[in-house]
Amino acid sequence: MHEYSIMQSALHQALREARLAGAARIHEIRLRIGVLSGVVPDALRFAFEVLTPGTAAEGALLTIEEVPARFWCATCRREFVSANLFAECPDCRNPSNELRAGRELELSSMEVDHV
Amino acid sequence: MCNECGCGLSAGAPVTVSGHDHPAPGAHEHLHDHPHHHHSSEPGAEEHQTLDLRRAILEKNDRLAERNRGFFRARGILVLNVLSSPGSGKTTLIRETIRRLGPRLKTAVIVGDLATDNDARRLRDSGAPVVQINTGTVCHLEADMVARAWKQLDTAKLDLLIIENVGNLVCPASYDLGEDLRVVLLSVTDGEDKPLKYPPVFHTAHAVIISKVDLDRACDFNREAATANIRHIAHHARLFEISAKAGTGMDDWCDYLIRQHEAVKGRDPLAS
Repeated sequence: MHEYSIMQSALHQALREARLAGAARIHEIRLRIGVLSGVVPDALRFAFEVLTPGTAAEGALLTIEEVPARFWCATCRREFVSANLFAECPDCRNPSNELRAGRELELSSMEVDHV
Repeated sequence: MCNECGCGLSAGAPVTVSGHDHPAPGAHEHLHDHPHHHHSSEPGAEEHQTLDLRRAILEKNDRLAERNRGFFRARGILVLNVLSSPGSGKTTLIRETIRRLGPRLKTAVIVGDLATDNDARRLRDSGAPVVQINTGTVCHLEADMVARAWKQLDTAKLDLLIIENVGNLVCPASYDLGEDLRVVLLSVTDGEDKPLKYPPVFHTAHAVIISKVDLDRACDFNREAATANIRHIAHHARLFEISAKAGTGMDDWCDYLIRQHEAVKGRDPLAS
C-alpha cells in the first residue's frame, strides 16, 4: 500500500535531478529494492504507471534490481545470502547480528534525454 | 537480455542504455562485447545521459527522523515506535504500561489511525497526554507527522514518548520516526507464523511482545513455534510474553523501559 508514496518520492527526486541536469525527458529510472525493505516491486511498477503520465518520465522504463538479504557471520568470518530471510549462517547455524544488504530503497541511476 | 551477466542489455540491439550500473562493480569481468559508452555508432539510435544518483528514496523521511531523534535525545526522552497488525493489543498494552509506570516515567502518547479518535479516548483513561493523528488513507506514520503531533503535546517534562503506529505489519516498517526502540507485537490470536510472513517488520524490532497470552489455550497457541519463528527473524530482539489485561509479564516489561530510559538519559548527546 505504501508503494504509491514511495514511488511518489522516487519520482519526485528523479524529476528534480532531471531538471537540475537540464534534461527534457527521462528515458529510464533504475531502483534498487532490498528484499527486507518491505516494499513489493510489482506494486511499485503499478504506481509508476499511475504517476508518470504528464511528467518528464512519461513512457519511461522502470528497472528494479532486487537486492538479496546478505548477512555477515562473525564466526565463519564470511558473508552469506539468506534466501528465507533467516539470519542464521548456513554453515555454523549461528545467528548474524549484521545485515549488510537487503533493506535498500534506492534511486540508483537514470537515463535522460536532452532533446 | 545479456545471458552472461543478466544485465538487461540485448546484444546487438541499438544502444538504449548506457553506462549501466551493476550491483557489485568488479564482481565479474565483462569480457563479452556490448557497448558501454554513451554514443552509439548506429545511426538513428537515441543518445542518453546517465545520471548516477544512489540516493535513498525515503531520504527526506530519514532526515526528519534523525532530526526527531536528536530532539528527543537532547531532552532525555525514550521514544518507542509500537507496531503490530490491527487488533493485536497495542492500545491496551500502552494504557496498562502507563498505569503501571505511574509517576516513575512521565509518559505521553502519539497514536496513529486512519480514522476515529477511539484509541486516543481509550488511552486518555490512563491520565497521560495523548495526541491522535488521523492519517486519512495513509497506512503508516511518517517522521514529520510525529514532529507536528509533538507540537500539540503539552509537555513540560517527559521521560517516555510512546508512538502507537497504524495497525499494519507491512508499511510502517519502512519509515523511521526517530524512535529509540521498535516494539513489535505478535498476539496469540495472530498465529505463530506472523514473523515468517512479515520478516521486514520483525527484523527491525528491538523488542518483540507476544501479547494476549491469557488467551493462549483458547487459540491453541504454540508458544515454542512462535518463539522459534521470532528467533529466526529477530534473534537480536528482546522477547516478552505479556497479557496487559491479566498483568502477566508487565513488571518485566516496565522494568525494561525504566532501564532503557536510564540509558537514554545517561547518554551524552554529543557522543556518537
